[in-house]
Amino acid sequence: MHELSLSEAILGTVLKHAAGRHVTAVDMTIGALRQVVPDSLEFYWGIVARDTLCEGAELRHTMVAGRARCETCEKEWELDLPIFLCGCGGTARAVAGEEFEVESIVVEDKEDACIAQR
Amino acid sequence: MHRTKVTIASDALDANTTIAAANRSDFDRDEVRVVNLMSSPGAGKTTLLERVLGGDALGELRAGVLEGDVQGSFDADRLALLHIPVTQLNTGNGFGGECHLDANMVRSALPSLPLADIDLLLVENVGNLVCPAEFRIGEDARAMVASVTEGVEKPLKYPLMFRACELVVINKIDLLPHLDLDVDRLVANVGQVNPEARCLLVSAKTGEGIDQFADWLAEVAGRVPTAA
Repeated sequence: MHELSLSEAILGTVLKHAAGRHVTAVDMTIGALRQVVPDSLEFYWGIVARDTLCEGAELRHTMVAGRARCETCEKEWELDLPIFLCGCGGTARAVAGEEFEVESIVVEDKEDACIAQR
Repeated sequence: MHRTKVTIASDALDANTTIAAANRSDFDRDEVRVVNLMSSPGAGKTTLLERVLGGDALGELRAGVLEGDVQGSFDADRLALLHIPVTQLNTGNGFGGECHLDANMVRSALPSLPLADIDLLLVENVGNLVCPAEFRIGEDARAMVASVTEGVEKPLKYPLMFRACELVVINKIDLLPHLDLDVDRLVANVGQVNPEARCLLVSAKTGEGIDQFADWLAEVAGRVPTAA
């Protein structure tokens, strides 16, 4: 339900790195613990990207499952529910699943874009 | 058409984080510590602030409030009666009616905040248990209010928020005699999701537990700033 806000945040970060070039694709890594619904993110991305250098850019993603590791007994497990209290009483850290990263973007080369316009 | 792949490998919220760091640096310059207070709508954030700021629980500590709402100044008007600096920030006013505060919105409010005259800024975020957890604003500490009427499963349903906060104020405990809620189970569920979170049992209505909340605020106010 927070995919609209996140789409806007992605747009801000992508535009910062695009440096004025037209963006045709965005590749992301999304951790399961971020509670993001990819279909919803793609839907809102299409809307927020309109009338920007990201208009029409494809938003692609790789999902990462949540994993926790106990700091006390070092047991590691895949997270189904967001439980970070280990059976031993220790506190677990997320070792995977909290990612929400823009790995790379594909941009149209500026000089080529100028030539194409001619 | 020639296309180039550009490696970014940065958090997708990087643009917000950069502005949050700038806010933090401004707060540090005036030696103001900042608490980002979040909750679902109606959990009692404003009443909690009224209670802790209205008495002498904070002693000599000079506090101010940045009040975030989609629209209206209802909460800010209530807090202004306490004769403390209160600044209203409406997300419906130039920020598309956002459901949360972000670093840029807080930055826009900085000129109207009397940072030189306060030690602690309490930022009352927009009531929402999801989006505010994603956006840093340059705060030193994040706290949330969870009221006992919301049920015991809230931490398991909204782990993003419960994991983002170091303090969970469990509010409206004066209502416990009228509810079937097992407050120990609620506290245990917070501990399952975020074992390091501290829970305070509070009634903003009767004042029970307010001193512990005030003590936590004073502890935050005394912290040595670390980089955002």
